[in-house]
Amino acid sequence: MSPTAAGVIFIASLVVVLALVYKPLGDYMYRVVSRTKHSVVERGIYRVIGVNPDGEQTWGVYARSVLAFSVISILFLYLFQRVQSHLWLSLGFTNVTPSLSWNTAVSFVTNTNWQAYSGESTMGHLVQMAGLAVQNFVSAAVGISVAVALVRGFARRRTNQLGNFWVDLVRISIRILLPMAVISAIVLIAGGAIQNLSAGHDITTVAGATQHVTGGPVASQEVIKELGTNGGGFYNANSAHPFENPASWTNWLEVFLLLVISFSLPRTFGRMVGSNKQGYAIVSAMAIMAVGSIVVLNVLQGMHHGTVPQAVGAATEGTESRFGVLNSATFAGATTLTSTGAVDSFHDSYTSLGGAIPMANMMLGEVAPGGTGSGLYGILILAVITVFVAGLMVGRTPEYLGKKIGAREVKFASLYILTTPTLVLVGAAFAMALGGERASMLNTGAHGLSEVLYAFTSASNNNGSAFAGIGVNTTWYNTALGLAMLLGRFLPIVFVMGLAGSLAKQKPVPESTGTLKTHQPLFVGMLVGVTLVVVLLTYLPALALGPLAEGVH
Amino acid sequence: MAVTSTMGKAPAVKQPSGSGPRRVGGGLLDPRQLLKSTPDAVRKLNPFTLWRNPVMFIVEIGSVFTTILAIGHSTVFSWLIAIWLWLTVLFANLAEAVAEGRGKAQADALRRAKTDTVARRLVDWKPGATTLREEQVPAPQLQQNDFVVVEAGQTIPGDGDVVEGIASVDESAITGESAPVIRESGGDRSAVTGGTKVLSDRIVVRITQKPGESFIDRMIALVEGANRQKTPNEIALNILLAALTIIFLLAVATLQPLAIFSKGVQAFAPDTQALDSHGVTGIVLVSLVVCLIPTTIGALLSAIGIAGMDRLVQRNVLAMSGRAVEAAGDVNTLLLDKTGTITLGNRQASEFVPVEGVTPTELADAAQLSSLADETPEGRSVVVFAKAEYGLRERTAGELTQATWVPFTAQTRMSGVDIAEARGGSDGSAEGVRLRSVRKGAAAAVMKWVRDNGGHPSDEVGPIVDGISASGGTPLVVAEWVEGQPARALGVIHLKDVVKQGMRERFDEMRRMGIRTVMITGDNPLTARAIAEEAGVDDFLAEAKPEDKMALIKKEQEGGKLVAMTGDGTNDAPALAQADVGVAMNTGTSAAKEAGNMVDLDSDPTKLIEIVEIGKQLLITRGALTTFSIANDIAKYFAIIPAMFAAIYPGLDTLNIMRLHSPTSAILSAVIFNAIIIVALIPLALRGVRYRPSTASAMLRRNLWIYGIGGIIAPFIGIKIIDLIIMSIPGIS
Repeated sequence: MSPTAAGVIFIASLVVVLALVYKPLGDYMYRVVSRTKHSVVERGIYRVIGVNPDGEQTWGVYARSVLAFSVISILFLYLFQRVQSHLWLSLGFTNVTPSLSWNTAVSFVTNTNWQAYSGESTMGHLVQMAGLAVQNFVSAAVGISVAVALVRGFARRRTNQLGNFWVDLVRISIRILLPMAVISAIVLIAGGAIQNLSAGHDITTVAGATQHVTGGPVASQEVIKELGTNGGGFYNANSAHPFENPASWTNWLEVFLLLVISFSLPRTFGRMVGSNKQGYAIVSAMAIMAVGSIVVLNVLQGMHHGTVPQAVGAATEGTESRFGVLNSATFAGATTLTSTGAVDSFHDSYTSLGGAIPMANMMLGEVAPGGTGSGLYGILILAVITVFVAGLMVGRTPEYLGKKIGAREVKFASLYILTTPTLVLVGAAFAMALGGERASMLNTGAHGLSEVLYAFTSASNNNGSAFAGIGVNTTWYNTALGLAMLLGRFLPIVFVMGLAGSLAKQKPVPESTGTLKTHQPLFVGMLVGVTLVVVLLTYLPALALGPLAEGVH
Repeated sequence: MAVTSTMGKAPAVKQPSGSGPRRVGGGLLDPRQLLKSTPDAVRKLNPFTLWRNPVMFIVEIGSVFTTILAIGHSTVFSWLIAIWLWLTVLFANLAEAVAEGRGKAQADALRRAKTDTVARRLVDWKPGATTLREEQVPAPQLQQNDFVVVEAGQTIPGDGDVVEGIASVDESAITGESAPVIRESGGDRSAVTGGTKVLSDRIVVRITQKPGESFIDRMIALVEGANRQKTPNEIALNILLAALTIIFLLAVATLQPLAIFSKGVQAFAPDTQALDSHGVTGIVLVSLVVCLIPTTIGALLSAIGIAGMDRLVQRNVLAMSGRAVEAAGDVNTLLLDKTGTITLGNRQASEFVPVEGVTPTELADAAQLSSLADETPEGRSVVVFAKAEYGLRERTAGELTQATWVPFTAQTRMSGVDIAEARGGSDGSAEGVRLRSVRKGAAAAVMKWVRDNGGHPSDEVGPIVDGISASGGTPLVVAEWVEGQPARALGVIHLKDVVKQGMRERFDEMRRMGIRTVMITGDNPLTARAIAEEAGVDDFLAEAKPEDKMALIKKEQEGGKLVAMTGDGTNDAPALAQADVGVAMNTGTSAAKEAGNMVDLDSDPTKLIEIVEIGKQLLITRGALTTFSIANDIAKYFAIIPAMFAAIYPGLDTLNIMRLHSPTSAILSAVIFNAIIIVALIPLALRGVRYRPSTASAMLRRNLWIYGIGGIIAPFIGIKIIDLIIMSIPGIS
């Protein structure tokens, strides 16, 4: 089979399987967040944390609960790393430095999983399992909870009750993420991923040198890393490491896992607002952008005019030969289109325009399909903006799903779309203006600029993938990127909750032939158009001096 | 209250092929108006007034900044940019000034009507009072509930209701309509407006306005846009535009460190007018910001709003707030009174149905004969119909000398004639002997008359009467008695409501726009249904009392719908106030005019439909120009980015797909295009985007093509043309 045919089958089979899973998984998640019954285990948890599971929250209380939970998580994770040498299974590693601990704590709580460290040489097994992996679950659950609360805002009428954050968090963790993770972990172990508490072995390599190979609970962390669109690898090499991603088919599985929840949530959304067509519209917009981006990236990686790529047939630098150039490109597309950030190849080594695609994927604002939950609320915000402009053009006060998009709604949506570009551009501008920080770049010129731009894009959009080629474990970068991650996660969440609150208060407007049809291809096309144009207009000047300067001839 | 749907039963009607699309438009823009408004536009450069428009305020700051830079480092390029940035602000001001200018002309005409009059105030006026003390008071000093007398030739001193008398009034000062109107006490035609003139007779008016808050004062304020407040959608759009402006400011501001770095690593590249070792030059940065921020819509936004109100004024509708105009575009349900709105005022004869053995002409003759003495509109319509359909010459009452006319009264409910033959009496006196009688009237009354005259109404009449009733019409039975024979019924006249021409098409349009029409009538449900089906309304409310109207509005609003209605009577006032869009007729009472949020000076209830269209057009224009404005940015990037950076990264010249002459000509072309497009779009902003009633999807598709795709393509062409023109300017190439 030719590499091209293999690449096409890889993408096509993903599309088919994701389409098959869309309905059952989306419906299942709908039932999880809609049912009123609590299981025994859940009741136990509510009793321990002192929550009345049947009391609902206003948008303010819901948002404060999210923030409180996240602040406590950050503090806990920070302390955990700072004292790891005194704990079990530390493998003899020292305590993590304050700036790195802060960066890592924020990174995992914000679902970013930016890693300014090498896992196998910094973190002990306990921190990995009880600290980082736990956040992989709950940070994903937080994203889904917020998305569900926003959808409740659309679905409910004349209320200020948007559900209970603690109930959503617990249910999503133990009814959705946990069972899916257990099953996928078993499959992954069957595929060859390791799962132990071994401190590792010293191995003599072919060349005769000694290499220390760390063991650990890899498979369990690997699956939630993909499933929860986290991306933080157990090993520095991330999904390129054979213990994390042993074979070509596990590579497919990992791509599937990191896409599956985000691509199925629109179904949940459709069910909640009582119109599956609305879900199909949203998932179509996501899919058009995702497939388009992945295909373009495959093409750019597969046929580059450079001397070496011409000679070997594709841009092989930085890719794992087990996966091949094209399937690595698909992984790179998927991991940046979702807010995962796991990598099985090195984006820094991609062709100049090929390297621009993962960056552009993140600049979309992680909406195609985006992170677990955050992708759905991100695209719904863009839909609100699209509805506003389109609604005016059909001569009515714009309305989406029966809710009027007035000044208050536009304000929250505008603040949302302002946040990440501000963080990315201001962060990158500061880094480029400060001489010391520029020195961290391993390349100069346009490629060096791309590295810095990529780092801030990745952090602010909570992706966590690295372009590499930049030394970020410095106090300045750890602090600045930490802030970018923190603000890039929680400011939008507050705005989303504000929007949810003002939507839920409204009385729905009945639909008529004069109402903009938000489930039709025309609207889907416009949503894609608005998303692309907003991104293009915001980032084009910066991109022109980075990847475009390198890649356009 | 019976609201019954007739949807689905109404047969689908094809649009008559001859009727082209109607268009809600405004007057055309006179180029002289641009010149006339220029001084106002210059005055609006004042930053203390301009800051209310943040987008243009930023352009003005940029203009000041570039001017300072141009003074410091004088080049042809820098001066041209500075000049065109100032022109950009000026053009935006011009758009607003032109829009306001149209209102000002209207306001001046109104002010002329506001001459100071002296009122004749009646002290202690009571209904029926005859001897009254009168005092002279200047009109502005009149208080509410003062009574004034106005006689032929005098100007009414203030707004109020006629409480005594009847007069013809010339209201041309406010309505522009020269034919006088009748105003009388009591009823729904009692309101008079200050500044209008009594042509005949004498009336006593109770003043209802507060001093200085007359209708004309409000009209002047409205058309001048003096206290124009931003409408909800306008506020929302402003927020979005502000957000876009911030994004572009950020994108440009943060570009500078990246540019300095890039220039540093490509130090061999020569300095250009766009980029030197200090980064992108100030002139070019400002140009980039101005080109990217949504100046087109920012410049035209207030003009669109003012022009929208103005279009209403041109149709003789006064909206008390822009909010109401916007709400009109959102209306889901339209309540329309049957009489006068959907149907012509009165029922008319539409058919003669004879019983067996009677020819239609016989019946028509009898019907005409019996209706000659009937002065009601229905009676007259019988005569007209007999003439039109059967060619029966209209006879005058005097023609038949031996006839005794029986006029229609509400008690007898019939009219007719008795024809006698003069027979010479023995004493020489003429004595009439009745030979023939004809009667026409309500079925029950005429049937009784037949029986009283020895006849037995044939069995055939009953079914005809029932059939007409069932179809919603009103049956009038015609009967005849001839000497020597028992009386007999000849047949039935079918009276029906005549639906105004073109109503069905208008309601079809409404349906396509997603608006449900509900007919309100006092008729019984049967009649109401028949008319509703004929007119093509979606629903009707039969046997409606004013409370029912109110209840219907509340019910619709409960379901989240916006309701529009028209009304004129005092008992309409609560419903007018409750409705989201309440259009009061100018002929109506002051209470109705106070309660509604619009007044139609022509008192044409069907105008509601146009108001809805204008409301929609207002929103469409804003949306379309926003889309256009943002879509324009793509081409500007393709002009400016290669112009800035191709010197250090020659590969970026690939982005110069317009093949613009030089970096400076490219940037200048983009700036000039950005300014000129504002002027080019002023007529569109004033006239409004073309609107045809259609489904939301069809409308979106059309507007996306024109303003979205068109907005992407147009600047590529425009910038290229401008570049071709300016490339020969020395200092630019």
